[in-house]
Amino acid sequence: MNSLLPLLLVSLTIVPALISFALPDRLAVWRDAINIGFALSKLALVGALLLAAREGTITEWRYEFLPGHEFILRPDSLSLLFVTLSAFLWLITTVYAIAYFKRGPHLGRFFGFFNLCVLSATGVAISGTAITFFLFYELLTLATWPLVVHKGDEKSLRAGRIYLIYTLAGSAAFLAGIVWLKSLVGTIEFTAPPDLTGIPRLELTLIFILCIGGLGVKAALIPFHVWLPEAMAAPAPVSALLHAVAVVKAGAFGILRMIYDVYGIDTVSELGLGTPLALWAGATILYGSFRAVMQTDIKKRLAYSTVSQVSYIILGASLIGPFAIIGGLVHLVHQGIMKITLFMCAGALDNRMGIKLVADLDGAGRAMPVTMAAFSIGALGMIGIPPTAGFISKWYLGMGGLQSEASWVIAVLAGSSLLNALYFLPLLYRAWLLPPSKELAPVRELDGAWNRMLVLPAAVTALITLAAGAFATFPFSPLRWAELIAESGYLK
Amino acid sequence: MSPLDLLVAVPLALMIAAVLLGSRGRLLLLAAIPVMAGLTVWLLLLPEGTAHIVGDWNLPLGILLRADGVAQLLVAATSACASIIGLYALREFAPGPSGSETAHGYAFWPLFYLLWGGANAGFLTTDLFNLYVALEMVSLAAVAMAAMGSLRAALQYFVVALVGSLAYLLGVALLFANYATVDITLLAGTARPDLATKVALAVMTAGLLIKAAVFPLHGWLPPAHAAAPAPASALLSAIVVKVGFVILLRLWFEAFPAIVAPAALDVLGWLGALAVLYGSIQAIRQETLKALVAYSTVAQIGYLLLAFPLVVTAAGSDRAWAGMTIHAIAHMLAKAAMFLAAGLMLKAVNGHRLEDLSGLVRVMPLTVAAFGLAAISLMGLPPSAGFIAKFLLLEAALEQGAVFQAAILLVGGLMAAVYLFNPLSRTFAGRDTPVTEAKDTLQTAAPLALGLLAVSLGFAGQAMVDISAGVSQAGPPAAAVGEVP
Repeated sequence: MNSLLPLLLVSLTIVPALISFALPDRLAVWRDAINIGFALSKLALVGALLLAAREGTITEWRYEFLPGHEFILRPDSLSLLFVTLSAFLWLITTVYAIAYFKRGPHLGRFFGFFNLCVLSATGVAISGTAITFFLFYELLTLATWPLVVHKGDEKSLRAGRIYLIYTLAGSAAFLAGIVWLKSLVGTIEFTAPPDLTGIPRLELTLIFILCIGGLGVKAALIPFHVWLPEAMAAPAPVSALLHAVAVVKAGAFGILRMIYDVYGIDTVSELGLGTPLALWAGATILYGSFRAVMQTDIKKRLAYSTVSQVSYIILGASLIGPFAIIGGLVHLVHQGIMKITLFMCAGALDNRMGIKLVADLDGAGRAMPVTMAAFSIGALGMIGIPPTAGFISKWYLGMGGLQSEASWVIAVLAGSSLLNALYFLPLLYRAWLLPPSKELAPVRELDGAWNRMLVLPAAVTALITLAAGAFATFPFSPLRWAELIAESGYLK
Repeated sequence: MSPLDLLVAVPLALMIAAVLLGSRGRLLLLAAIPVMAGLTVWLLLLPEGTAHIVGDWNLPLGILLRADGVAQLLVAATSACASIIGLYALREFAPGPSGSETAHGYAFWPLFYLLWGGANAGFLTTDLFNLYVALEMVSLAAVAMAAMGSLRAALQYFVVALVGSLAYLLGVALLFANYATVDITLLAGTARPDLATKVALAVMTAGLLIKAAVFPLHGWLPPAHAAAPAPASALLSAIVVKVGFVILLRLWFEAFPAIVAPAALDVLGWLGALAVLYGSIQAIRQETLKALVAYSTVAQIGYLLLAFPLVVTAAGSDRAWAGMTIHAIAHMLAKAAMFLAAGLMLKAVNGHRLEDLSGLVRVMPLTVAAFGLAAISLMGLPPSAGFIAKFLLLEAALEQGAVFQAAILLVGGLMAAVYLFNPLSRTFAGRDTPVTEAKDTLQTAAPLALGLLAVSLGFAGQAMVDISAGVSQAGPPAAAVGEVP
């Protein structure tokens, strides 16, 4: 059904972006209100699309931007999974970011680019062709860079430089891949996978490597992950969004699209490309966890944990089996919710108590119990302890590994979970059980609107982490949704 | 009357008026902008392939002006650039205290109109001798403008430009002796692959490569473009080099497509590739902002030449042609925006090095934004006209299996990101906010408008491709003659 709704969903966010850029700092209250207002209306729009999708209507908007190239926005069920996640977490992060920065200078610029990021991530999610996907994917790079260098110190500038070098090189490889494929088969529309018969295997393999390698940069597959820990120099709300919903997710989402909607699982398995990719993801999972154990900085530890966790999604996608794909898809949501919880807590600890290092955490649970409780739930979720969301992901991935006769996956999952425990449990131990190492100034965690806005978003996502795991079999849970996508689209 | 001759005649008339009016001549711009805008719109609305013979002399004696796709796009982009650069210059070259005349303020405006008229003549005419005159008008104005910054650089530029002109003129003379005509549309029908024609084509090409600053004949460009005042640099980098390029197009693809060997096109393609790599490496190495932007021009011109071998191959040649033409106008708009923004930033901090830009984003966000928008287009990132151009070229290259060209396009974009994000990230550096001179609203708006135009044309890809496809490859000369009113 042709409709302007998808276009509206993307372009709506231009309004708060421009307003944020234009408003002077003395009208910051208005800026905050407008940002939250638009985040809410975006969520409402997503709700409308979901309702329509439940009735079986898929809306789309097309426009021929170059001869032979259509710009298509088409929120299918996979798109909606990602869009719902990003629209919801964006609302949460906006509230958190407002409280995190309070009334600092140059926030107009920050929120302007912040909104452009939402716009790009939404576009990535609902793109209907590979070229459309690329346009938003690249816009996302450009919109995040000013956020990464926002602080302006040497570390941020360095992080920005490394971020650009890696991601732009990745995009170039991806662009080369899709244009090459386009020159062989014509338009690459996700709903109508191109007919790849008759194309030499070598060419198909090379194109696949270019595309996955290019997307793998944002998805932080080793050795392309280097930019991600560096980008920790950015403010906490930026890290939260980079890790949970925007950049790394765009990469992982692109890989899902390539495997399931461009090549199709039959071609991927016939070319024998699934297993190497799964091994690559497995190696990244172990390497990321291993490096995380060695970090002394909380945010860096979380960053390496992301390197590892995002690859679960890719592992699920590349194993090519019903359980594995459900595990991968559901982890796309679960990882976002859990990781954003952890980052918002880390930011709050730094913001209120100046805690940056693992060693400073001693006794923090007494000073900021709500934050530490949320952090603990997120951490247990990452380890995969029931009934958190993380357990569901790992369960399905493990089953998927067995189903696809790749029992090494179990070893990877077990090893990674062990390492997860190794780098998260000491944090919880220090925070809850050790006495404060130095005299902690009393922190009134929930006093005043600012502090509540800083602490409660993480509490909300922590509760969702629990709910998504405990009520996984209820209708509308991420798991049910992932099953629905897998059944309707990929497991014919 | 036709917009074709008015587009040349109006700027020249304004030039004479500007000489006569002295310090008040700058205000002529306010009349020039709407008139030229109107003529440009008229030109864009002309039916495809409209031709017009100046005076009542038929070919081969008369002068044929013609509105093909290339001319339409380049004239339109030139009008946009010149108008906006002119508004910027209105403040830059304001009268001195108590309304006295300044040398720059007086000299700039006649040169400005000379350049504008010359460029339009260069884009519209099909007569090789006329093209020589256009080339000389533009070069003369360009050298004089370069002299406003550095006499030394201007002198070097003058000598090199003169060599280029003479080489070109020599070729024109050879052709005239051989064919008794120098009209491109007539030559296309009668061209013979004999030695004289080949020599003529070779020397003319060499001359034009100098004018377009194609590696390795680019040496004069960076000092001249980097030293000139900002509006002059913008005009030089945006418009002047494109005149040489368009004449090169006319020669290779309209007058002599029949006798050009593919190997020769490959040589030009190679030169383009080397220009992209060399210009980018030099730009990365620069420590002063304007030199960086000037070397970026050397690199960006390379893409135009890189496209030459792609245009003649059958598959995807229309894409390559569109990509090449759109790249020319994308570079025009983006480079003009970038030079103007760079001029403002450097004036604000009273320096010229990249380090001097520290913290500028906090003082002049709009100017940094203009620089950033221009950078997006130059890097070929979406959404921008630059992206449309590179995307079309990339597609044509991969369709033809020209992996080498495709690789250069991608690597060149990455190198552009390296050298352009360097100054951009300097503007974010530091914590303190630099103290700068007061800003001028009109001057702030000028680069922003050009940058926004470069980016927003990325949404009009289809329209630009359609225009660029307007008959350009030599139509039968009889048809052109037949359209005489």
